[in-house]
Amino acid sequence: MNRVEGRVKVTGLATYAAEYPVEGVAHAYPVQSLIAKGRVARVDASQALDMPGVLGVLSVEDPPQLAPDADGELALFQSRDVAYRGQLIAAAVADTYENARAAADAVRVEYEPADHDVGLRADHPGLYRPEVVNPNYPADTEHGDVEAGLAEAATTVDVTYTTPVLHNNPMEPHAAVALWDAEGRLLVYNSTQGASPDRDTIAGTLGLPPSRVRVVARHVGGGFGCKGSTRPHAVLAALASRAVGRPVKVVLTRQQMFDVTGYRTPTIQRLRLGADAEGRLTALEHVAYEQSSTLVEFAEQTATPARTMYAAPALRTAHRLVRLDVATPSWMRAPGECPGMYALESALDELACAAGIDPVELRVRNEPETEPESGLPFSSRNLVACLREGARRFGWDRRDPEPGVRREGEWLVGTGVAASTYPARRRPSQAVATVRNGDFLIQVAAADIGTGARTVLTRIAAETLGVAPDRVHVELGDSDLPDAPVAGGSMGTASWGSAVVRACEELMKNGKEGRADTTDEVATDAELARHAFGAQFAEVRVSAVTGEVRVPRLLGVFAAGRILDAGLARSQFIGGMTMGLGMALMEETLTDEEFGGFLRRDLAQYHVPACADVADVEAVWLEEEDDALNPMGNKGIGEIGIVGTAAAIGNAVHHATGRRIRDLPITPAKILAPSP
Amino acid sequence: MDITLQVNGLPRTVDVDPRMSLLDLLRERLGLIGSKKGCDHGQCGACTVLVDGRRANSCLALAVAMDGSEITTVEGLANGDELHPLQAAFIEHDAFQCGYCTPGQLCSAAGMLGEPGPSAVTPDVLVDPDLTPEEIRERMSGNLCRCGAYVNIVSAIAEVAR
Repeated sequence: MNRVEGRVKVTGLATYAAEYPVEGVAHAYPVQSLIAKGRVARVDASQALDMPGVLGVLSVEDPPQLAPDADGELALFQSRDVAYRGQLIAAAVADTYENARAAADAVRVEYEPADHDVGLRADHPGLYRPEVVNPNYPADTEHGDVEAGLAEAATTVDVTYTTPVLHNNPMEPHAAVALWDAEGRLLVYNSTQGASPDRDTIAGTLGLPPSRVRVVARHVGGGFGCKGSTRPHAVLAALASRAVGRPVKVVLTRQQMFDVTGYRTPTIQRLRLGADAEGRLTALEHVAYEQSSTLVEFAEQTATPARTMYAAPALRTAHRLVRLDVATPSWMRAPGECPGMYALESALDELACAAGIDPVELRVRNEPETEPESGLPFSSRNLVACLREGARRFGWDRRDPEPGVRREGEWLVGTGVAASTYPARRRPSQAVATVRNGDFLIQVAAADIGTGARTVLTRIAAETLGVAPDRVHVELGDSDLPDAPVAGGSMGTASWGSAVVRACEELMKNGKEGRADTTDEVATDAELARHAFGAQFAEVRVSAVTGEVRVPRLLGVFAAGRILDAGLARSQFIGGMTMGLGMALMEETLTDEEFGGFLRRDLAQYHVPACADVADVEAVWLEEEDDALNPMGNKGIGEIGIVGTAAAIGNAVHHATGRRIRDLPITPAKILAPSP
Repeated sequence: MDITLQVNGLPRTVDVDPRMSLLDLLRERLGLIGSKKGCDHGQCGACTVLVDGRRANSCLALAVAMDGSEITTVEGLANGDELHPLQAAFIEHDAFQCGYCTPGQLCSAAGMLGEPGPSAVTPDVLVDPDLTPEEIRERMSGNLCRCGAYVNIVSAIAEVAR
């Protein structure tokens, strides 16, 4: 079936956060810090307040009342301390966008700057081991003796990979419209990946009970993680509206999104691998160095996939974090797995080359019986089948392993492979199913950020009820609906779908209404290693003249439980792979060492893949039965598509050129740089 | 100052702030929310509309400069209830996910189909090329899609171009 909301999206009628018609809406425009560390000595709003249409200026000179325990990134105008360049330190509110923006420009700020430190490096004296890494994993694990394993190995690899700051850059900028009613209840139209958790965070930040806040997000223009937690624009809209007594709209500019809506931490990752003469791992060590801000600890779980992927008698993973004068990193599509698997799967390719073993075969030989770190059985694991099927479809058996020997004119040609993985989890959710006018109404505060949630929940309900999908109507994107978790961690469909199935089952029993809350059901899920797996294959052409890398072919083969909607699934997979292509070849935000903050804060300088960059991207999947997941038998597919793509492309670049570039993105300058 | 322009076939007279872009005029004053603001700098194409039949980034056009122009937005592509062939093809090919770049993709494709002449990837610049997937990809590269629906966007447009 086609997307339920397809027609409103192609006719321009779908309403995103900034687009609700609200009578008398005013506009707020933020003022951002120009220093990376120090204090705001004085905010002079006198000139701004005299400008046409200006309704007010918010700043630390008159701190708005917030909960004392508000998150550091959301506690707007509470402190004179500046934590990073670009932080919101004031805002102008006016009758029109143009007037608000002009007034914000006229706000004068005096600073007391201090020396800042924004550079991540593996020998930073401030590095420490966090208590846990996201969401709640141990920072370090160690089984066996890595040094002994390396000492006895026939082949070893000791390599360091680095990845830059990456920005999610959904097409819809973060926006919020806030309205307070006469009873002091707050309504926020917000671009968020989760109406229920966003309501809770906004209420908590403002010191209100959740029942006094409603969040509506019927259509969301992408998120990829950066709308998964409440961002400061929503709090600003609420505060500005409270201050001026009118509804207020805040729409961040693309540049402001780079500053205050989160990003993927840069990483430095050291991989030490050892293998015996047959290519069986004797040791695997993965150490990741990452950054967070001085405001909030965000510890990305970069080395955790090494705990799942391969059998190794000696296995050590570790995370080290340093708190810098930077914005807080946040979630970006497959946080942890994406950068971590880039480094692990690149290093494994290096091991295959060093050992003279085919990289598909090397991975097959290191297939574990149970999850290596936990020892838990897998609920299902079909990585080997994905590798074999991908190799067959891609024509891998015709591959000459020799790097740098295939040339067509100026173009060097190569192919590469990498594995992918992502956890298959679910969280408690509520849902209600009722009969309305002979059809069925499903209500759940889920979010459709482009994943197709409305459509897949319609299918899940229709299948459970045994009716045609056009008799099912799904309402989502509103915190007044039954509570639901965020669209994140590839858990949306598994979490919301479980509740929808249970609600529909109850409705069928009583014929009128079903109310479900899966809290108890999820709590009793057996302890198992639940993960989706996949294999990615890439063909690249590298210009020996310009260093340009083209990707004529990308193939992903995935094993992700039961695929609930083939069309939506394919779109999700190839969308993730396309973002992975961007990570491999072009995406990079620079940190401004001199002044703090980021450089390349727009889409002309931060390059995401354009249409001409994307040729043949195909995704297929294996039938996988797994009854230990949830009532639908599915594993989440929103993120696994990006996992491994960059490694497959990097490995193909090595195969094409003989050059191993261990620092993303793989730009022409790095391709053409003289060998060290 | 007052300007008069045709928007989706209807004459509109509006008093505009000289700093206002055509995009903000459409979205904030005329209630036509279909044209999207993705970057406000002409870098993403989400705001693409047809100005006198040619595709243009409405965020880069000042509203005051549009006096007397004919504007077509995504809301004006369909013929009543009957979708434009591109709109129908985008649904059939699942050529969007979040939908935020979609209005710009559609207006851009509608304009592109009427543009003769070679592009940067045309082998012989003296011969009008067929709209091969490679030509479509080149000509549609001013419209970013972060969900990564390009493969489906190209197949949808190719079907209509046939």
